[in-house]
Amino acid sequence: MPELQGLYDAVVNGDQKAAVRLTKEGLDAGVEPMELLSSYMIPAMDEVGRRFECEDYFVPELLLAARAMKGAMELIRPLLTASGAQPAGRVAIGTVKGDLHDIGKNLVASMLEGGGFDVLDLGADVAPEKFVDAVENKKVDLICLSALLTVTMPSMRTTIEALERAGVRDKVKVIVGGAPVTEQFAKDIRADGYGENANSAVALARKLVMAARAA
Amino acid sequence: MSLADWLSSGPLLTDGAWGTELQSRGLDPGACPDAWNLAEPACVESVARAYRQAGSRIILTNTFRSNRISLAGYGVADRTVELNRAGVAISRAAGDGLVFASIGPSGKMLMTGEVTEDDLFAAFSEQAKALAEAGADALLLETMTDLEEAKIALRAALPCGLPVVVSFVFDSGKNKDRTMMGSTPEQIAKAITAEGASVVGANCGVGIEAFLPVCRRLRASTHLPVWIKANAGLPVSRDGRIVYDTTPEQFASYAGALIEAGANFLGGCCGTTPEFIRALARVMP
Repeated sequence: MPELQGLYDAVVNGDQKAAVRLTKEGLDAGVEPMELLSSYMIPAMDEVGRRFECEDYFVPELLLAARAMKGAMELIRPLLTASGAQPAGRVAIGTVKGDLHDIGKNLVASMLEGGGFDVLDLGADVAPEKFVDAVENKKVDLICLSALLTVTMPSMRTTIEALERAGVRDKVKVIVGGAPVTEQFAKDIRADGYGENANSAVALARKLVMAARAA
Repeated sequence: MSLADWLSSGPLLTDGAWGTELQSRGLDPGACPDAWNLAEPACVESVARAYRQAGSRIILTNTFRSNRISLAGYGVADRTVELNRAGVAISRAAGDGLVFASIGPSGKMLMTGEVTEDDLFAAFSEQAKALAEAGADALLLETMTDLEEAKIALRAALPCGLPVVVSFVFDSGKNKDRTMMGSTPEQIAKAITAEGASVVGANCGVGIEAFLPVCRRLRASTHLPVWIKANAGLPVSRDGRIVYDTTPEQFASYAGALIEAGANFLGGCCGTTPEFIRALARVMP
């Protein structure tokens, strides 16, 4: 039996090589993929989030942990899918129309992947219709909108309005984030939530998707 | 004239935001503001002139995104050198005073391998050289979020022989006193001083009140002059429009405390206008 606690440590320390190796060893030894995920990897990401919240970790550590998680998930996901297990949720993410900035969006996307979400990255400067299409044709549970510029914040509103006009707004949760975005702005444009940083965005995504599935 | 000469009569007033000023002159949101250096130079010059008239002793250039990597996103990478040269010429033409040439971050992340150190060095070298050859008085590496990228940009800028200001965004962590990558003002000031910059500073980020402790901590960690350019708070949405709540007078009420905390250069970032600079000019010593 391999030392599985090491998998937890590898994710917390952002050691992708060790995370992949230990996942492989665990699977070879007959440990259930779900067991690896729920007993070691997800608790590890929770610990990473906790360290981020208390300022022990910053963006570099988050990125490394997400990368380790992603490496391990690549081995585990096909097995989970084959066994019929559902991902944490399906997310479409993008920087809104007119805005080319993608660092924040990419960071949230990797954290969501690390958190077990199936992530559809639509890129930067994404037209509202593409988000509508993701809801209509890609069955996403959640949309994440990013904006770095004050002048492109209104594109978040037009994206939500486009979802409303297409009659799919109630099929999906929408969260927003980015340097100039605030909780109040999220409320004003009828988003379902505001993620202050990549870590809180993942926690919020989990909460919203779970609530929607329970409803 | 050296940096010490410029500062010999006390703190210097810099300028305010350019992007929003260009938008009020018809630039489409989401369009590349720097492209107007060639397409609408008269409009860009009117922004520069508005800041000169408001009392800016130093104005920047409309070249924040004019590095090859960022311009590629707008499909105008082949105009890199021209846009930078035009930016300096426009600011120079707007009246007497110093012109500090703006160099922003690449918008790509080193850590995730989106861009390499060599790419960054080449892009920043090209931009710095074009700005220096066009006659800028100093180079300003601003709105930096990653110390590693800023160090590369600084190494690329120093061979031009001009004073180099390096200014970071402190908007992360509970107290909004860390860069996105987690660096403290102390770490930034020490590293940037050791790398040979002439001035270290903070810009953008959150409201001006958060700049006081950051300014104090930069001051305590370096012998270099300190550059401060705060936002007019965080934007709020009102009647479907995005506006900044801080008034020019509220903004300027922090000037005295910032200078006391060690600021040698004072101006505004996002959300500030020539009115903010006028308000600062009224209270600056």
